[in-house]
Amino acid sequence: MDVEIALRCQGLKKRYGDVVAVDGLDLEVHVGECFGLLGPNGAGKTTTVEILEGLLEADAGDVEILGGRWGKDDRVLRQRLGVQLQETQLAEKLTVEETLGLFRSFFDRGRSVDEVLQLVQLQEKRKAWVSRLSGGQQQRLAVACALVSHPDLLFLDEPTTGLDPQSRRQLWDLVLDFKASGRTVLLTTHYMEEAQRLCDRVAIVDHGKIIALGTPAELIASLGAEHVVEFALEHGDSAPDEWLRQVPGVRDVRRERDGIFLTVGEVHRSVPALLAALKDRGLALSRLTTHHATLEDVFVALTGRHLRDG
Amino acid sequence: MDRASHPLLELTRARLMEFIREPEAIFWVFVFPVLLALGLGIAFRSRPAQPLRIAVQQGSGAAVLAEALDRTPELTARLLAPETARNDLRTGKLALVVIPGDSVTYIYDPTRNDSRLARRLVDDAVQRAAGRADPLAVGERHLTEPGSRYIDFLIPGLLGLNLMGSGMWGIGFNIVQARRKRLLKRLLATPMRRSHYLLSFILSRFVFMILEVAALVGFGWLVFDVRVHGSIADLLIVAIVGALAFAGLGLLAASRAQTIEGVSGIMNLVMLPMWIFSGVFFSYANFPDALQPFIQALPLTPLNDALRAVMIDGAPLTGNLARLAVIGGWGIVSFATALRIFRWQ
Ligand SMILES: Nc1ncnc2c1ncn2[C@@H]1O[C@H](COP(=O)(O)OP(=O)(O)O)[C@@H](O)[C@H]1O
Ligand SMILES: [Mg+2]
Repeated sequence: MDVEIALRCQGLKKRYGDVVAVDGLDLEVHVGECFGLLGPNGAGKTTTVEILEGLLEADAGDVEILGGRWGKDDRVLRQRLGVQLQETQLAEKLTVEETLGLFRSFFDRGRSVDEVLQLVQLQEKRKAWVSRLSGGQQQRLAVACALVSHPDLLFLDEPTTGLDPQSRRQLWDLVLDFKASGRTVLLTTHYMEEAQRLCDRVAIVDHGKIIALGTPAELIASLGAEHVVEFALEHGDSAPDEWLRQVPGVRDVRRERDGIFLTVGEVHRSVPALLAALKDRGLALSRLTTHHATLEDVFVALTGRHLRDG
Repeated sequence: MDRASHPLLELTRARLMEFIREPEAIFWVFVFPVLLALGLGIAFRSRPAQPLRIAVQQGSGAAVLAEALDRTPELTARLLAPETARNDLRTGKLALVVIPGDSVTYIYDPTRNDSRLARRLVDDAVQRAAGRADPLAVGERHLTEPGSRYIDFLIPGLLGLNLMGSGMWGIGFNIVQARRKRLLKRLLATPMRRSHYLLSFILSRFVFMILEVAALVGFGWLVFDVRVHGSIADLLIVAIVGALAFAGLGLLAASRAQTIEGVSGIMNLVMLPMWIFSGVFFSYANFPDALQPFIQALPLTPLNDALRAVMIDGAPLTGNLARLAVIGGWGIVSFATALRIFRWQ
C-alpha cells in the first residue's frame, strides 16, 4: 500500500510530576484520512495532540508533521495547520465576524470570512458578540477559526463535548465535508459514535498508550462477534457464567451492575437458545435488548471499564 | 484568496473594540478621573477670604469701638457679655475678644493663626482710631490667577495617576485573562508573531492615552479654566513616555501570573506606594527627607513632575530630560525583563 504520511510520531512521552500523561505513543496519520484518538477522560489525548501541534514540549519522542519538524519549520507548519483546542474561550466582546477576521489575518492564504461563515452556518450571527452565542455556536466558531486558513491538516480536540445532538450532527457534517476535500483530520473524542461515524481509522488510547488501532470495523471484528445481547433477571436472580458460555454462539460473558452482557456472533441463534435455557431453569427475564457491537464494547473488552467512567 | 488586513492592525482593532465594549473599563479610565477632579476641585476651590470674627466685651465705649472695628473689611465685630465672649473664644467661634477702656486689652490664644492675625488687624484699627498716622504710603496688588490653585496642581497629578492605572490594568488584566482562557495558547497555534501580539497592546494604549489626556485636560480647561501653559505636543510626548513605562510595568506584572487575582495583587502592590508618595493629590515635599530618594525613584513621581512642569510652568522638553530619562528607564527595564520571563503557554 502506498500512502502519504501527514503525521508520524514515535515514542512520545510526557509526564506531569507523578502523572504519566503520555507513555510511549506511536502514531501514523495518512494524508486524506480522518484519524481518531478515542479514549476516556485523562487518557492523554489532549496532551498528545498539543505535542503534535507544537504547543507542548514532549519529554521524549519524535514528531514529524507534514514533512517538517517543530523547532525548525514552525513558520511554514503554522501556515498549514488548523487547530481547535479543548476549552478555549474566544474573546467575548468581539463579534463572530471580527474574530474570524482576526484569525484570518494571521495566515498568508485562506478563505474569506464570508465563505467560512457559510461553511459553519453562522451567517446570521456574524454581528453577534461571541459571549451571546450558544455553546454549539461557539464550538462551530472555534472550528471556523481553524478553517479560515483552509488548512492541510486539521486538529480537533473533543469538538463536540457538551453539545446537544443537533449541534453535534452539524459539526460532524463539517468534518465530513472537510475530509471530502482530500485533507487530513486528527480528532480526539470520548464518544464512540463520533469515532465510528467520522473516522477512517481509530486508535484507542488508555493511560497514555495506544491499546488498539484499526478501522472501526476491524476493531469491532476483533471482538470475534458482532452483537451484544444485554439482559437482566427478575428478583435480581443470577445465572452462572459456565452455562451462559455453553449457550450456542456466545463468545464472551460480562457482568455489570445493571445486567449481563453476552457477546454473540448471531442473534437469531443465541437469543432463542438463551430463552430456552432460562425457561428450563425457571428464571424470568426482566429486560432483554440487543445491539450491534460498538467501539465502546471494544474498549470495555480491552480494559474492563467504560469510556465515560474515565 | 487574497491576504486579509495586516495582523497588527487586526490585533489592535480587536483591543480597541474589546475596550470600548466594556462599560466598566470606560468608567474607570474616563469617567472616574473626571469625577475625582470635579469633587476635589470643588472641595478645595479658592474662596474669597472670610472676615475674622471678633467680639467687644460690654462696657463703657464698647459700642463705639465695636462699630469702628466692624467697619474694617477683614473683621466682623459684635458686642457681647463677658461670659458669652469668653465662651465663644474658647470654642473657636471668635478669634479674639477686646476689652475696651483707657488701655485696651486683647484676649486671644497666641498659638492660633487666626487669632494672631486678628490681633494685628484689631490693633491697627484701634491705633488709627486713636489718631495714629502711618509714615509711609503703601500700594497693593492682588494675585489669584490660574496656575496657582489646587485644581491646577491636581489635574496633572490625576493625569499621571490615570496613565499609570490604565496602562497597568489595560495590559496586565487582558494578558492574564487571555492566558487563563487559553486564548493565548490558541493564538500561538496560528502563525501570529508574538511581537505583533504585544505591540498591539502598546498601540491601543497610545490611542487611549490620547483620549485620556484629552478628556482630563479638556475637562480641567472647560470647568476650572486649567490651562496648559507649555505646548500640547510636549504634554503628549511626556504622556507617551509615561504610558510606555507603565505599559512595560503592566506587561511585567502579567508576564507570569496565571490568575486574575494574582495579577491584581501584584499591580495593587506596585501602584499603592505611588498613589501615596508620588505627589498625585498633595506635594511629596510633605514626606521626610529620608524618604525623598525612594520617592524620586518611583516612575510616577518624575511623570507627575514633568506633567506639572509642562502644564503649569510651561517648561520646554529640554527642562524635563532628566525626568523623562528616569521614566524611560523604568519602561526599558520592565519591557526587557517581561519579554525574558513571559509565560506564553
Ligand atoms: N498541565 C497539567 N498539569 C498536570 N497534570 C496534567 C496537566 N495536563 C494534563 N495533566 C494530566 O495528564 C493526564 C492526561 O490529561 P489529558 O491529556 O488532558 O487527557 P485527555 O485529553 O485524554 O482527557 C491527566 O491525568 C491529567 O490530569
Ligand atoms: Mg482532553
